[in-house]
Amino acid sequence: MRVALLVTHIRAEEKLILAAFNKRDISPDIILDRELNFDITCGAEQLAPSGSAWREYDLVFERCVSTSRGMYALAILNSWGLRSFNTYETAATCSDKLRTSIAFMKQGIPQPHTRVAFTPDSAMQAIEDVKYPAVLKPVTGSWGRLLARVHNRDSAEAILEHRQTLGDYNHHTYYVQEYVDKPGRDIRAFVVGDRTIAAIYRESNHWITNTARGGLATNCPVTEELDDICVRAADAVGGGILAVDLLEDARGNFVVNEINHTMEFRNSSQPTGVDIAQEVIDFVIGQIGVVA
Amino acid sequence: MTSETPLCPECDGEVDIPSDAMENELLSCAECGTELEIMNLDPIELELAPEVEEDWGE
Ligand SMILES: Nc1ncnc2c1ncn2[C@@H]1O[C@H](COP(=O)(O)OP(=O)(O)O)[C@@H](O)[C@H]1O
Ligand SMILES: [Mg+2]
Ligand SMILES: [Zn+2]
Repeated sequence: MRVALLVTHIRAEEKLILAAFNKRDISPDIILDRELNFDITCGAEQLAPSGSAWREYDLVFERCVSTSRGMYALAILNSWGLRSFNTYETAATCSDKLRTSIAFMKQGIPQPHTRVAFTPDSAMQAIEDVKYPAVLKPVTGSWGRLLARVHNRDSAEAILEHRQTLGDYNHHTYYVQEYVDKPGRDIRAFVVGDRTIAAIYRESNHWITNTARGGLATNCPVTEELDDICVRAADAVGGGILAVDLLEDARGNFVVNEINHTMEFRNSSQPTGVDIAQEVIDFVIGQIGVVA
Repeated sequence: MTSETPLCPECDGEVDIPSDAMENELLSCAECGTELEIMNLDPIELELAPEVEEDWGE
């Protein structure tokens, strides 16, 4: 089996993934997104930066930290008929919080009350509709960057003016959410195909709990209820290898916050006792084997 | 100090290269915390890691 591992650079996760492939006697070719130079019309006969034709790869495993590079590379490669994890469709939905919300809505996945508006005035109305405190997020973004929790009209006005003045058009799509009164933590669950293989609580004194921002990871038991909502949420965005972020509301019910399609998991194998990289790679190998 | 000890391009501190290091791997300088990328393994060449862009993440 020939695998192309598409990366921006090598991080802890990519080393774990390579080791997991190596354990199964597969040595992926590492392809750097900075070296890509596609001719859209020439198809999979053209050479990848590795020197092999793209069609020689049974699988492209996309692990770019650059969301746009990864997503457009998948768009091209999938259009040529190459198999990938994740697919372009899944990546395109997950990389956009608004498209993710629509996908959740269509499948009846519980999510925070969310409104969308396109000008500061209408966004102010949206904020007052969801009530204070409200959360404002860029529709594309990660690691908790540029998230704002607003407690009153004054701070809402300030943030909207800053976004409108200093942000490019991406920041003029105002994605406004109710603040979910969660218990000082949220949940990150790892879904591989139709199974939730592990989950962590991310605890923090800050309302933004991303481990990239210092949130502490501890094991979260995968109950039937958690597995069910996570697998349904993953299916709603097209399925694959996904990290589902959930919040527990004041009544203890789960709401799904977002789904990450190039998940980070370096801090999650130790507390859960699950070898996440190996689970992922064994699933991938099984899937490719089934189709080939 | 041997001539092979790689130095941080930011602070000139010595940078420990893990034995399983790979090309294009990121690591941080223990002295100044700057994120570096291993551009070449033999001989070791370090560069400042690229700036995080707005669309970077999971
Ligand atoms: N509506 C919300 N209510 C409460 N906490 C939230 C809400 N939205 C986000 N958070 C917190 O902020 C963190 C980052 O938000 P998220 O939507 O996942 O953005 P990112 O893509 O930057 O990770 C989440 O892990 C969560 O703990
Ligand atoms: Mg998140
Ligand atoms: Zn340094």
